[in-house]
Amino acid sequence: MSTKRKVKVAFFDFSCCEGCQVELTNLSDPIFVGLLDHIEFVEFREVMKERTTEPIDIAFIEGSFTRESDRARLENIRKRASIVIAYGACAATAGINAMKNHTADYREFVYGKDASMPQLDSQKALPVSAAIKVDYALHGCPMDRAEFVRVVSHLLHGKEPVIPNYPVCVECKMRETVCRYDLDDHCLGLVARAGCGAPCPADGIPCEACRGFWDHPNEEAIEEILKSKGKLSPERARDKTRMFTSTMRRDA
Amino acid sequence: MSQNISINVHHLTRVEGHGNIVVDVKNGKIEKMQWQVPEAPRFFEAMVRGRHYTEVARVTSRICGICSIGHTLASVKATENALGIQVTSQTFKLRSIIKHAENFDSHILHIYFLVAPDLFSVPSVFPLVPTHTEVVVRALRMKRLGHEWGSLLGGRTTHPNRVIPGGFAEYPTEEELKILRQRLINVQPDIDATVQTVLSVADKLPSFERPTEYMALSSDTEYALYDGRIQTVMPDGTKQRWPVADYKTCTNEYMVPQSTAKYTKNKMASYMAGALARFNNNYDLLNPEAKKLAETLKFKPLCFNPYMNSVAQLVEVVHSVKDTIRLLDEVLGAGCRPEELVKPTKFDRGQGAVEVPRGILFHEYGYDKNGMCTGGNCIIPTNQNHANIQLDLEALVPKLLAAHKDEKAIELGLEMLVRAYDPCISCSTHYLKVEFKR
Repeated sequence: MSTKRKVKVAFFDFSCCEGCQVELTNLSDPIFVGLLDHIEFVEFREVMKERTTEPIDIAFIEGSFTRESDRARLENIRKRASIVIAYGACAATAGINAMKNHTADYREFVYGKDASMPQLDSQKALPVSAAIKVDYALHGCPMDRAEFVRVVSHLLHGKEPVIPNYPVCVECKMRETVCRYDLDDHCLGLVARAGCGAPCPADGIPCEACRGFWDHPNEEAIEEILKSKGKLSPERARDKTRMFTSTMRRDA
Repeated sequence: MSQNISINVHHLTRVEGHGNIVVDVKNGKIEKMQWQVPEAPRFFEAMVRGRHYTEVARVTSRICGICSIGHTLASVKATENALGIQVTSQTFKLRSIIKHAENFDSHILHIYFLVAPDLFSVPSVFPLVPTHTEVVVRALRMKRLGHEWGSLLGGRTTHPNRVIPGGFAEYPTEEELKILRQRLINVQPDIDATVQTVLSVADKLPSFERPTEYMALSSDTEYALYDGRIQTVMPDGTKQRWPVADYKTCTNEYMVPQSTAKYTKNKMASYMAGALARFNNNYDLLNPEAKKLAETLKFKPLCFNPYMNSVAQLVEVVHSVKDTIRLLDEVLGAGCRPEELVKPTKFDRGQGAVEVPRGILFHEYGYDKNGMCTGGNCIIPTNQNHANIQLDLEALVPKLLAAHKDEKAIELGLEMLVRAYDPCISCSTHYLKVEFKR
């Protein structure tokens, strides 16, 4: 991409909490203002009234694909954008939205007698890639700000972005965090995709794989370890990976 | 008057989540006036079923990216209530500090990025970057403070990971708390400049009044944000309180035929939650500096102008800075040290409430004897405001028509009204799906 013309960037949101968009405002003033030297926001409903019909260089899509009626909007974004990035866990893997995918009665549970109202119909939560071709994914719940800046920078320089593909355990070792299993806790770091810098175990809570599985998770082994070393009940061990990785399980 | 107006704001911009404003006026007669909510459903209450009590807040925090600290706190409080956990005084104070951080952070975001563009007559904050560079950089600098203030206590501000049932998973050092205290003192020039910016455009805030009921948490000892009882103040100033456990009888959720977003009501046809509701309920307990600002702005309770919600947020920005300095002095005076988590003493049902930036938030959960969640219920501030927004719009449109405003001016007035509520629609429709024909 030319360095003279600013790269046109747009943000779109589907089913999600919009926290990954909020994270942009946490980039800090020098980085945010610095980015504006290189990119131009052409559409970003949460903070802008402006909309565009012009081609977009990079479209960031936040949120999951949860209803057929959203497909046309997604296809339209794909048509207008050179690069489509799934922005955050909900878009990349369906994230927390997919927690209900394996149950059949969630509507009845929430609505009771109103559950049969036609407007309450909802499909399983799926990643954006279930509807359109996605070029890259920014993982995490929320997505990692440093990774966002790195990926944008790589694309501006015509470099292929590097998305980490190894377990979170690697990053705990690098920052010398004591293993949760050695503190009588449990953890999904063994099967979780790294790239976040492993903040959760360092802050005293288990990794729950919000960045999804890395490419070679051993699901049988993690379930066994959750039971034997993590002391979880068989049911908890089975369901632990339904939090952020429901759509990535073998049984999905 | 034979005016024809057709307004269809599809996916209103500069609000969190998706909402539509639809107005049809034929020959001066209002045929349709609706605040619609087409946000996709997410079914959180069903999702927490079968999760361990240590995981539940990390699920429900994902209801909202802007107020995820508040959702975490309400969730953890409800769980602690269900599990018979009484947190320590240090935990109470540290949680009050992170609650202040969220309100400061969110209010700055709302005032500068979502409301200010209307007052500066630009479509977004971006055109202000070259023309009002100092204002934008100041906004980002204050936003950064809010974020780092919350992150110090929560680990991060979007889905904080350190706030867990029984206390905190990790603690800031005393040195870090002292640095935060100094930064809160150093932010004063930015606050003063913010007040000047708001004063310079204050005449652009529409004057519109519609007396309603205002609901907020309330306490005898402090301007309630982290803890308190439910209170409402009526247009005549009458106040009444209820325990948080009675939240269902104060909110009375109901469905309406023209919308599937659940509405709420208490004594009147609707009530308002949020900064203005807190200001109207709890003015006396604001920090003296915050009161002084309100006086400078000639802003006093009871105020019936919903557009003033953004001004109430500014007053709260000052309160949160000053009250956090007070809390930090107390925490540092006693010595801040890591504490053991308080353990559950039972497994039952429990409720929790906090004031998030947009108003009062309720969470409730039940747990079985193994600490596994049997179900939950969350009532969100924007949900509670939908009915009040609708009634405001119904009262406002005839006034704008009578003043012979054109379609564009009416549209802007209505958009600004909805934005003043700072709606958080992902929150309010955390399980609702609404399909509207255009």
